Amino acid sequence: MVKVMATAAEQEKQKKAKEYEKYVKQVTPTHSLFKNMCRAFLCGGAICVLGQGIMNFCMSQGLDKEISGGWTSLILVLLSVLCTGFNIYPKIAKWGGAGTLVPITGFANSVAAPAIEYQKEGQVFGIGCKIFIIAGPVILYGILTSAALGAIYYVLKLWGIVG
Amino acid sequence: MDYINAFWVGGLICALVQILLDKTKLLPGRVMVLLVCTGAVLGSVGIYNKLMDFAGAGASVPLLGFGNLLWKGVKKAIGEQGFIGIFMGGFTSSAVGISAALIFAYLASLIFKPKMKN
Repeated sequence: MVKVMATAAEQEKQKKAKEYEKYVKQVTPTHSLFKNMCRAFLCGGAICVLGQGIMNFCMSQGLDKEISGGWTSLILVLLSVLCTGFNIYPKIAKWGGAGTLVPITGFANSVAAPAIEYQKEGQVFGIGCKIFIIAGPVILYGILTSAALGAIYYVLKLWGIVG
Repeated sequence: MDYINAFWVGGLICALVQILLDKTKLLPGRVMVLLVCTGAVLGSVGIYNKLMDFAGAGASVPLLGFGNLLWKGVKKAIGEQGFIGIFMGGFTSSAVGISAALIFAYLASLIFKPKMKN
């Protein structure tokens, strides 16, 4: 008798869980992947075109490719930080998704946003620490990967396998 | 023509990363780390330079290009300085991007006040 009641209660529980799941699915906004991809494509593409424009302008001023690339990063980063400060970047990011995350402007945003956000916690432990909250891992693993690849390249070069 | 190539290559990279974001629930920070490391690897096997020749800013502006830049700096420094270049090149080549982000972000923290999230 007790066992029957227990299974009945269990069934009830399962039914409730199922209904709850259904409810959650209903309430959670469904983002269609295709739509998000289109937005990311347009947004990311637009930022890259802006970068290309800066690059072409620098090249037309007689700067070499490397320095032009530097100027492009510098200006894109500045624009991104300004947009972050005026609270425009989060709005673009909401629409553009990965299109705003992947370009270097996304990196700049991830540096500026916590710096502004945590300024109340002080110069060192607020801004100083939090400014690296995303940039830290990115720089660490970027440097680590490139150094590891560099070490392999160095050895291969010593053996005369690569030029 | 370079604008069109920059647009569709840059856009395509972002659209592919959007799949990663939507399907795997990876956090943006992890995706960024992944992109930079992938860029360095693609650079070292020589693929990324070809893409940059084709797409220009479409390849250099995404964070994959940042990874490639790190690798190119390391390679160049090894060529010029030998072993010590392994420890030198990455920061040399990425100096502008990182310094700009840090300096402008710090200045922004002096100027702007935190906003309410909506």
